[in-house]
Amino acid sequence: MRKYSVFAIAREAMRGHKGWEEQWSSPEPKSEYDVIIVGAGGHGLATAYYLAKEHGITNVAVLEKGWLGGGNTGRNTTIIRSNYLYDESAGIYDHALKLWDGLSQDLNYNVMYSARGVMMLAHNVHDVQVLKRHVHANRLNGIDNEWLTPEQAREFCPPLNISASARYPVVGASLQRRGGTARHDAVAWGYARGASDRGVHIIQNCEVTGVRRTPDGRVSGVETSKGFIGAKKVGVVAAGHTSVIMNMAGVRMPLESYPLQALVSEPVKPVFPCVVMSNTVHAYISQSDKGELVIGAGTDQYISYSQTGGLHIINHTLDAICEMFPMFTRMKMLRSWGGIVDVTPDRSPILAKTPVPGLYVNCGWGTGGFKATPGSGNVFAHTIARDEPHPINAPFTIERFRTGRLIDEAAAAAVAH
Amino acid sequence: MLLIHCPYCDEERPELEFRNAGEAHIARSNNIAAESDEDFEKFFFIRSNPKGVIFERWRHIHGCARFFNAARDTITDRFLLTYKAGEPKPDLTKLAADAGPAAWANRPPDQLNEKPKAKRPTKGEA
Ligand SMILES: Cc1cc2nc3c(=O)[nH]c(=O)nc-3n(C[C@H](O)[C@H](O)[C@H](O)COP(=O)(O)OP(=O)(O)OC[C@H]3O[C@@H](n4cnc5c(N)ncnc54)[C@H](O)[C@@H]3O)c2cc1C
Ligand SMILES: [Zn+2]
Repeated sequence: MRKYSVFAIAREAMRGHKGWEEQWSSPEPKSEYDVIIVGAGGHGLATAYYLAKEHGITNVAVLEKGWLGGGNTGRNTTIIRSNYLYDESAGIYDHALKLWDGLSQDLNYNVMYSARGVMMLAHNVHDVQVLKRHVHANRLNGIDNEWLTPEQAREFCPPLNISASARYPVVGASLQRRGGTARHDAVAWGYARGASDRGVHIIQNCEVTGVRRTPDGRVSGVETSKGFIGAKKVGVVAAGHTSVIMNMAGVRMPLESYPLQALVSEPVKPVFPCVVMSNTVHAYISQSDKGELVIGAGTDQYISYSQTGGLHIINHTLDAICEMFPMFTRMKMLRSWGGIVDVTPDRSPILAKTPVPGLYVNCGWGTGGFKATPGSGNVFAHTIARDEPHPINAPFTIERFRTGRLIDEAAAAAVAH
Repeated sequence: MLLIHCPYCDEERPELEFRNAGEAHIARSNNIAAESDEDFEKFFFIRSNPKGVIFERWRHIHGCARFFNAARDTITDRFLLTYKAGEPKPDLTKLAADAGPAAWANRPPDQLNEKPKAKRPTKGEA
């Protein structure tokens, strides 16, 4: 792989840009690999990258039914933060946040991680209590999070309406300064390039249609639209389709899949300096470097694989955005879309071994897993390589729904992303 | 926005009047304290989450307020059938493909401007 650098740009400029290579190769599948990863989203590609880079396992295939990064990775609103309530969550999300810082250098690929700060608004007494509890819990875990008065909140984000007569008055906010955004596509592409360079096969347009097991129950490979491909270890990283694939292996999951929507406005000059989230009115907003406002809505109430969602859901979000930021009332929305998110009962992910030997699963990131991409891939690679979890993901088992050791971020936040 | 046929009101109403209430036909044990951890997990947490036909509960919360069941295709979001609570799980093989269009959004293009034909006689007829 040729390194991207200012010298590379200069060299290519001299010879008419004829020397740029493809970022990753697209080989035909071999009949057997050491490890197969199902799903080439950010998490699957990061898993393959760290398998190769940190564990020396390079005989790996990542199988993707569509195009890489075309699932939730390419559909999300890219909010990154680690200020979750519980110790287990703090551990995994902050592991990811530390990796975000330095990821562009590690991958030699600009993922445009921008620590512009994530501010979460409180609109009532309950919000104040919940957010302050988060601030304190985060600080005990060594994670930055601070409390702002409404005036301080507006100073940090000038477009914010803090008038007391607002429909959703702002009575305070918490701020994680290390939080921010990154370029979603670049994350998928950067990991794909790094993995491919280390020998990983990324095979697109290859849908997994079955999981084959030996008579004693172990995994022996997967059936795909390109034929059978063998492997003694298979990692399922398929987001909204996890239940479908795990069913092929006879494992029923504590998951439900819902449409989640986002939308972007016409591009405008820089007006919005940070990320603002409001759990209570369910709206979150930032401005991309292209200038579009990036706005996230809620999930639909019913299970669906349709990758669309109801119009009333995004309408509701835009109502709230216009109340909080009156200057946006005349903005035109350009595009809206949906992704299918896999939600666990406690709203925490599952990164674990499964009852089937050789089968591993990384799922349940639901409405908020983009921020965890580097950390998730990193510890999931460890889990597959060593056949045992890394201490950071050890609590995120499937068995917790039997033992009751839930990581109940649902109760802590009751909201998306 | 889905259009949902409430089997009690016998009317198709917009989704806004309804609350989805999760997977249907999950029997709650009569003696929940005696359930094993495995059985409780299956009852409480494990869900079939099918890509295809799902059996689910809805509540007509801003109408008659009653719970009922539905069979819906989770790929097209089209309803195959809604039926009253307590009625047995319908046999899918017997459900005709065209068992009552309920979701406007997923009507075939040539029917887009057509009003759905009432499946049951409306009040006054019959
Ligand atoms: C609208 C929206 C907004 C969001 N906003 C945020 C946010 O602001 N911050 C945040 O942290 N998170 C957010 N999320 C969540 C985040 O996008 C996901 O948690 C994360 O991207 C999941 O990554 P993944 O790699 O696990 O899944 P995906 O990127 O969905 O990858 C899974 C891949 O598996 C493939 N696949 C499925 N079935 C098969 C099969 N049978 N064979 C082969 N391949 C298969 C799919 O095609 C897909 O490419 C948002 C999600 C959505 C939809
Ligand atoms: Zn009714």
